Amino acid sequence: MSDTTTGDVATEGQEEAPEVDEVRQGWLGTLTEALGDAVVGNHVAPGRSLWVRVSRDSWFDAAEAAKDLLGCTFFDFLSAIDWMPSPWGRYEDSSVDVGIKPFDPSASFATGAGGGDTRFQVFCHLANVRGRDGQRADVILKADLPDDDLRVRSLVPLFGGANWHERECWEMFGISFDGHPGLRHLYLPGEFEGYPLRKDFPLLARLVKPWPGIVDVEPRPAAADEEAAADEEVEPAAAEDAEGGANGDGEQS
Amino acid sequence: MTVTERQQRAYVDAQAADARVNVELETDEGMTLNIGPQHPATHGTLRVVAKLDGEQVVWADVVPGYMHRGYEKLAEVRTFPQVTTLVNRIDWLGSFANEVPFILAAEQLMEIEAPARARHIRTILFEMARVANITLFLGDLGAQLGAVTPVFYAFRDREHVLDQIEAVTGGRFHPNFDRIGGLKDDLPKGWIADTKAVMERIRSFCDQVEELLFGNEIFEARTRGVGVVPAEVALSYGLTGASIRGSGVDWDLRRDGGVIGLAHGDVDWRVWTHPDGDCFARCWVRLQETREATKIVDQLCDGLPGGPIMAKVPRIIKVPEGEAYVETENPLGAMGYYVVSRGDLGPFRVKIRSASFSNVSILPWLLRGVYVPDIITILASLYFILGDIDR
Repeated sequence: MSDTTTGDVATEGQEEAPEVDEVRQGWLGTLTEALGDAVVGNHVAPGRSLWVRVSRDSWFDAAEAAKDLLGCTFFDFLSAIDWMPSPWGRYEDSSVDVGIKPFDPSASFATGAGGGDTRFQVFCHLANVRGRDGQRADVILKADLPDDDLRVRSLVPLFGGANWHERECWEMFGISFDGHPGLRHLYLPGEFEGYPLRKDFPLLARLVKPWPGIVDVEPRPAAADEEAAADEEVEPAAAEDAEGGANGDGEQS
Repeated sequence: MTVTERQQRAYVDAQAADARVNVELETDEGMTLNIGPQHPATHGTLRVVAKLDGEQVVWADVVPGYMHRGYEKLAEVRTFPQVTTLVNRIDWLGSFANEVPFILAAEQLMEIEAPARARHIRTILFEMARVANITLFLGDLGAQLGAVTPVFYAFRDREHVLDQIEAVTGGRFHPNFDRIGGLKDDLPKGWIADTKAVMERIRSFCDQVEELLFGNEIFEARTRGVGVVPAEVALSYGLTGASIRGSGVDWDLRRDGGVIGLAHGDVDWRVWTHPDGDCFARCWVRLQETREATKIVDQLCDGLPGGPIMAKVPRIIKVPEGEAYVETENPLGAMGYYVVSRGDLGPFRVKIRSASFSNVSILPWLLRGVYVPDIITILASLYFILGDIDR
């Protein structure tokens, strides 16, 4: 059982006294035992979540094992992540946008909890809902998909609810699901081209016209910016200003 | 006027073609009935296509997407504080509740916790969003089934709840009030007493609805035994909220979810379930939940701790790299945000798990074999908000 903790939850507190989540380690052990080498990565956020990354071929088996062995009969959701950094940045050239790294197509992408090697990753959340007796279990499964063959086995035979989630994932990311009873558009019109949630799909509204919201953002004094960058903890007096500033951002509806 | 042979043949052909069409409509394939996209029972633009055999549905499909706004994509070009403005509009009847899980996910990634007073006020507003939302459901339910009175009562009494929400947040429908690390503002003066009076009002509204609807013979006849969802099926379709508790599953994220940042653990309330799994069960559970929500608000108002309403947060909010999934029990069911941050000002990816999406995905399974009038009952009892399906 490997414990590959990939740069998630900040580690300051944990280095002193590493928190061990025995319950989640137990679920992880159960799944690892059942799946063997198919488990290629994992991450435990103590008291919060368990991520298990499995190989693509055992995606279905992993879900089945979670259902049978952990009692995760509740299908929460399924979706995908495109790990490629967006070539468009955030479509802004304001001061708040300057820190964004320019897009480099040759760079490898850093991936999140549980690790990952490819651009596309499917993930789903399954849970055991026993309620009060404390038998709760929940796991986030992940699987890497190679760029040239974006397909994975459908979970519909296990969970009826996977049907719509897989249809959405198919039209938004272009990932197909083998064995799905009817992979057709859910949200988008039938003739729609492209996969909107891929990072290289431009948000056209932002390309044709600069976002009006950016006008409302007050330019921050340069001195305050430096101070914030140097010192994340703000003094109480400054915190009040910060509150006003941050709120200003949120209210341009 | 003489009729040529050619004209006669054309007439016969046309008759035969008509006959064929009629035959198609009446036999083999049955009749196709389109409910929506513009049907009152769909609360917006949900389209249900049902193939009928007489009055019975042979097969049904649901076509969402008429209102898809692409929030998951839009969230990628917003900063963290700006996302709440977007997600406010997912379930527009209980807007404040939409903001909470996103803010909690961001707080989890930043490892900050809102002060006690903020947690309590947050929970009060969260539950008031539930009250405003479900109140309208209880009224609308009657309207769908032909009882006109409850809907007027519902609009009348919901207005008072919205007034209270407006008094705190400045927005009746889209508060945009929750902040990473706390809340935008404190409560106004005199608000607590007013709110408790409104909660009392809602409780008497619940009693009225119970008398008007739940004891009504016609209501019982139309909802009992209709649209039964067994617990296993409900789980595999990811049903949540009253839809799953109406199937006898004792599961409520407010109690069981281990959510940090809300104060449901500090008060005394209970989770209601109903074993039947039919439309009546789902509606009944919602009625009880509204009552519980008013009790939660009352207790929180009484025991409101003092202190600040904002934690110390940096001036410019940058969320550290990481992934977090936070799910809360919203008015319509479990709503969760899977937030991926790359240490930037805005989220890298946000997966929005909305309750109605999963709740409605069971319809093709559930509508098979039901009668046409029951479609409306089932749609009403599953209770969805279009924005919550389409996002």
